Amino acid sequence: MSAYNFAFLDEQTKRMIRRAILKAVAIPGYQVPFGSREMPLSYGWGTGGVQVTASVIGPDDVLKVIDQGADDTTNAVSIRQFFVRTTGVRTTTQTDEASLIQTRHRIPETPLAADQIVVFQVPIPEPLRWLEPRETETRTMHALEEYGAMWVRLYEDITRHGHVETAYDYPVVVNGRYLMRPSPIPKFDNPKLDRCPALLLFGAGREKRIYAVPPHTTVRSLDFEDHPFTVEAWDRPCALCGASGVFLDEIIVDDKGGRMFVCSDTDYCARRRQACDAETP
Amino acid sequence: MYVAVKGGEQAITNAHRLLAEDRRGDPAVPELTLAQITGQLTLAVDRVMTEGSCYDPGLAALAIKQARGDLLEAIFLLRAYRTTLPRFGVSRPIDTGAMTLRRRISATFKDVPGGQILGPTFDYTHRLLDFDLAEPGRDATDGAVEPTLDAAIGGPVPRVIDLLDRDGLIETEDPDAEAQPVADVTREPLAFPAGRDARLQNLARGDEGFLLALGYSTQRGYGRNHPFAGEIRQGEVAVELVPEELGFAITIAEITVTECQMVNQFKGSAAAPPQFTRGYGLAFGHAERKAMAMALVDRALRCRELAETPASPAQDEEFVLYHSDNVEASGFVQHLKLPHHVDFQSELVLLRTLRAEAGA
Amino acid sequence: MSDDVERPLLRVRGLTRWYGPQVGCLDVGFDLWPGEVLGVVGESGSGKTTVLGCLSGRVVPTAGTVEFTTREGLGVDVLRLSEAERRRLARTDWGVVHQNPRDGLRMGVTAGANVGERLMALGARHYGAIREAALDWLGQVEIDTGRIDDLPETFSGGMQQRLQIARNLVTRPRLVFMDEPTGGLDVSVQARLLDLLRTLVAYLGLSAIVVTHDLAVTRLLAHRLLVMRRGQVVESGLTDQVLDDPQHPYTQLLVSSVLQP
Repeated sequence: MSAYNFAFLDEQTKRMIRRAILKAVAIPGYQVPFGSREMPLSYGWGTGGVQVTASVIGPDDVLKVIDQGADDTTNAVSIRQFFVRTTGVRTTTQTDEASLIQTRHRIPETPLAADQIVVFQVPIPEPLRWLEPRETETRTMHALEEYGAMWVRLYEDITRHGHVETAYDYPVVVNGRYLMRPSPIPKFDNPKLDRCPALLLFGAGREKRIYAVPPHTTVRSLDFEDHPFTVEAWDRPCALCGASGVFLDEIIVDDKGGRMFVCSDTDYCARRRQACDAETP
Repeated sequence: MYVAVKGGEQAITNAHRLLAEDRRGDPAVPELTLAQITGQLTLAVDRVMTEGSCYDPGLAALAIKQARGDLLEAIFLLRAYRTTLPRFGVSRPIDTGAMTLRRRISATFKDVPGGQILGPTFDYTHRLLDFDLAEPGRDATDGAVEPTLDAAIGGPVPRVIDLLDRDGLIETEDPDAEAQPVADVTREPLAFPAGRDARLQNLARGDEGFLLALGYSTQRGYGRNHPFAGEIRQGEVAVELVPEELGFAITIAEITVTECQMVNQFKGSAAAPPQFTRGYGLAFGHAERKAMAMALVDRALRCRELAETPASPAQDEEFVLYHSDNVEASGFVQHLKLPHHVDFQSELVLLRTLRAEAGA
Repeated sequence: MSDDVERPLLRVRGLTRWYGPQVGCLDVGFDLWPGEVLGVVGESGSGKTTVLGCLSGRVVPTAGTVEFTTREGLGVDVLRLSEAERRRLARTDWGVVHQNPRDGLRMGVTAGANVGERLMALGARHYGAIREAALDWLGQVEIDTGRIDDLPETFSGGMQQRLQIARNLVTRPRLVFMDEPTGGLDVSVQARLLDLLRTLVAYLGLSAIVVTHDLAVTRLLAHRLLVMRRGQVVESGLTDQVLDDPQHPYTQLLVSSVLQP
């Protein structure tokens, strides 16, 4: 890969993307259009996240890449390999060791810190897309803070089901102004966004949008006063490490429908087990 | 005892080795050469160059070989490579009027200055599988046949459209009218409403199948615009660049292109008497079907500037331009193969809750 | 500031709209006072729909001024407002009742959501309270409150129209534009709807501009009347006066061609 620039993208492109990131940070939750480039990975497989990471990564960074909370799912492996080949930076599976974390569909259970950057992979950036297919119209709705249609949708959910029907990619209001999609993280992870000390960046390659939540910004999941936002819960702890209050993966273990629940965050789970083993004599 | 599945890295490495083996196929069979692909699968190469937005038959051939003949995969490879190429300048617009013609037809007049030159076309072949081609050495060719231009015309052959233009029968297109910078859809995201330059760029690299279907739909009543093939040209044009240091144009390449100009439904207004309107298509190499489909869709998307009410999918700018890119489409459709079990788990939890409340 | 000085709610001067060489409306002017209903009548092609379009912001006039007095008593040049301000006005202080209720409703969401939307857009965040408000308004427009969770698709034409009215009135607008509000409805349904409108207008102190070709509608709803023909106002005045004692030959023609009950 020596024929390619550090982190694959040429410096002009990185500069263009960083400018978009700066605009995004200046207007929390607002989707900034950017000239997304063709990457060696397919659209829909993280090109937005990869472009954002490639634009901010430096030789001293320590990179963690996860998908569904795990470091060794195939796409996380593929993306991590890509960055190793194009940058040579150190990689880690430990959340608190990483300076830069690229993630698909989860926020790590280990609390984030002020000097960390999390890059989210976003398939559909527009929260109003399912209500209004037109880009020209959704742009106006954001500009004029006309979010009535979104509230109508929530009202309808509660009327029909008694609950909001959205389980992941649950819409939020950022800094009291912009309606945003936090990417397909389970709603369980939404509270972690609120006033997070880390910098949160969101990249949508195919749709060509970047947005951001700067550190310590309020992020509020949409709800009604008398139907407040709630998160998922399980009736048992992780079968491997005993943790509760974390997101669990459901594993089907036999053909009689037997199942077990384990931490989705593999790093968190592994370290808990390590600590446990260290304690047991 | 359940152990968390590991080994994603090893799995990927093995998958790549398997892929390489399958690509090579039976080692007893001679390996495909790029020369064979550029020479004998030219039309595949042309498509990959057009939708890959990069004119380089050798690279396109390599991409086709690496992609095992999957043209969308080859287009993706070429596009990804294109991203890494440095830009050292912008050429002048190519002058298709000065084209060295290999093929030139017009459906609007029986005879036109310069003549109707059929060139190497499938059009009048009878689609009968030729089993002579199955054995090497039986593919009969009696050497090149040179196209002859109408001897009465010395120099470049005038465009049929220009003849109509001279009589004021077709809308004039004046490229210098607005001295605005030309869009570049490979550099900036599409903004709506889109200018015609951005639309044409999007369509030029858009999926041929998608455009073909949309063009077809306009002919079947989904937004009719009464097209006639004013002129279709195929041949070589020079690519010229004006380097700063020299201050004059130099020819840096010669490329083959196919151009289609449709003559469409005439339109008038209170201010001006009616004239024919235009649709335009352009592709690398010999890509007539693409150029024609593109011209039909271009005309359909001009509904706004021609004060026509958009009523059909081909006239819906956002619908057409957002879904024409097969690299984007392929990526997103196939991304469903990626793990989604965390989101699925969220849905399961919600569904179980709702069902429990409903007493199921 | 404003309570002493009586200002018209809407002041229109010289409203003109050309469609190429064709005149849409020419030099239309009037004042509309709080609590007043103005009828704009004419046949199709008279320009009445163009006038409504220019006033409600759907169409940009070629010339003229439209001044609206806000709740705070300030005069605002409607044609010079930014898109944002105009849309905000349209969602709060104005209402638009379309001839075809499908144009003024979200057909795919429940009646309750249709009525509650404006409230939610303005920041209402208590589901129960929004639902209460919706129930209340459904009652006011005489729709069976049991149908709050039904889709407008399942309503009759008259009910859809009443739902459209409720959806508009929930923010207590001071000015409502109506375009053939009873068009397409059965005579008996029309009568009931007109009765409702008359009651609501009086009860809420609404001002309204009602565009219609139907003189009977104006007779019932409008205090004053503009008669339009080929884009121009040919006669204006108190409704009863104009209809009982028309001065302009065209008005006379219109009035005389209405079937007497």
